[in-house]
Amino acid sequence: MSQPSAIELSLDRLTIRFGGLTAVDGLSFQVRQGEIASLIGPNGAGKTSAFNAITGYIAPAAGSVSWRGRRLDGLKPHQIAALGVVRTFQKTSVFAGLSVLDNVLIGLHLRSKQQPLAILLGSGRVAAEEAALAAEALGILHFIGLAARAGQLASSLPYGDLRLLEVAIALAAKPKLLLLDEPVCGLNPVETAGFMQLIDRIRGLGMTILLVEHDMKMVMGVSDRIVCLNEGRVIAEGAPADIQKHPEVVRAYLGRPRT
Amino acid sequence: MKRVLTLAVLALALSLPLWLSSLYVLHILIMTGIFIIAAMSLNLLLGYTGQLSLGHVAFFGIGAYTSSLVSLGFEVHLLPDWPLGLAPKPVWFGMLTGVLLAAGCGWVIGRISFKVRGAYFVIVSVSFAEVVRLIALNWLELTQGPMALNNIPVLRLGVPDGFEFAFLRKPANYYLVLTVAIVAYLLIRRLVNSRAGRAMVALRENEALAASVGIDVTRYLVLATFVSAGIAGAAGALYAHYVRIVDPEVFSFIYTVTMVIMVVTGGKGTLLGPIVGGLLFGLLPEILRACGIPPEIQWVSYGVLMILVVSFLPAGIVPALAAWWQLRGDAAGAPALAASSRPPPP
Repeated sequence: MSQPSAIELSLDRLTIRFGGLTAVDGLSFQVRQGEIASLIGPNGAGKTSAFNAITGYIAPAAGSVSWRGRRLDGLKPHQIAALGVVRTFQKTSVFAGLSVLDNVLIGLHLRSKQQPLAILLGSGRVAAEEAALAAEALGILHFIGLAARAGQLASSLPYGDLRLLEVAIALAAKPKLLLLDEPVCGLNPVETAGFMQLIDRIRGLGMTILLVEHDMKMVMGVSDRIVCLNEGRVIAEGAPADIQKHPEVVRAYLGRPRT
Repeated sequence: MKRVLTLAVLALALSLPLWLSSLYVLHILIMTGIFIIAAMSLNLLLGYTGQLSLGHVAFFGIGAYTSSLVSLGFEVHLLPDWPLGLAPKPVWFGMLTGVLLAAGCGWVIGRISFKVRGAYFVIVSVSFAEVVRLIALNWLELTQGPMALNNIPVLRLGVPDGFEFAFLRKPANYYLVLTVAIVAYLLIRRLVNSRAGRAMVALRENEALAASVGIDVTRYLVLATFVSAGIAGAAGALYAHYVRIVDPEVFSFIYTVTMVIMVVTGGKGTLLGPIVGGLLFGLLPEILRACGIPPEIQWVSYGVLMILVVSFLPAGIVPALAAWWQLRGDAAGAPALAASSRPPPP
């Protein structure tokens, strides 16, 4: 889409190395406010590494990441989350031993204000806030569609619901930029379609979304703009329709045509 | 139901010295109570943050030694002609110092181990306990080493030049321990049912995910070690002024093991677990002895019971009871699992 909205997230010549392997090599791209951008590419292209560098889980070897004019590289994951950049994980990642509601309550961490001393002294404000947080967590579960499972153990949820719970936890942290790492991986087509609707509703909340995904139907369906990586570099960038026809993308995914 | 049970247990605990004539049994209860307090503090680390502090007895011992030394007074020579001394202070002040110093050491351990988890946290905590034990054993001028600190005064509370109460007799000490145990229980309960407690549990369950929603995991691990060490220090201080003799044996590894057994069998990560586990394994040897069972069989049965508990109730006694209670409630006509409320797919 060609809305002239401001650039929010900007990667500048980001390079990530694991020992001798360069996973991401001088990666630069931008994400604008309110858009849904997708990062695609074959396995090993460096998509998840880029995610990890943006959210502080690995330190880039060179280059920078900035968010609304602030450098993110060098900050710790929890500090980046506090700025409003919140991610989900490629491998299903929830607090398995806790109830669904408690999972979301943990996600609400940044929105509660209790200090240790007030907690130990049993201040009435803490109790009042706890009640408000529980209500807010239920609201998020309603939004996601898991309210009926609030009391269940997360480990007892079916796979599709687990993936929704991950998003609920991330939403609880009130992101301004939400990074989703292969959220529909392993879901069936019906669940994927439901997830695409959910992404539309999340965008309605005014969030910017950066998506890593292999499911092309989903990527083409929800993205405003797609950045295609191969071997750690951007090989194409543009609207879904352009990307589908881009010769470099076709080559990366399908190989060079025989002549 | 739950409230009735709580009141019944409280009434039993409060009235016990009134109808229990055996001072020996009361002594066993006091010692068990002191270890239950220490086990509750260990549970905050082991059960909630998921970090095994195998040197937990260090905080217990620091509380005991500090409280004794402050109330006995001491003089040491850090430099040849530069004595550093402290005149004897009231026991309540000593106990407070013990709690604070133990908590301070917990804070330091939490800070040092900001990046170590699992096995590495175990090693840091074990090493710390060993270092503290060696100091207690070898700094003769301060601690008397293996000769032990003797004649430790008992706690006296009262108004200046007026009424004064000494915690000399066993019933008084029983109520003192019970009070501290209840306060420790309430503090831990408040902590775990709050934002801080959820952050600790999040560290146990999934540290990477916890950080992704903005939880400063290290900060809450430090808070947990601080509070946990403080409570263990309080247990140590109670021990010192009840037993009235403290030697480096209080740092024995076996005491940490006792606490771990109490927490794990009772149910780690539950508020009641250390209490149930502590009562069971604290009183069991005495009960067996009272039944006239020979000593070798006593310890064999202790071990067998422990193996049975951990192999058949791996989550601990309290979670198993809670699950059984819930199952009973469901069978009695509770509604089946509600259907999913997910919006129908297009």
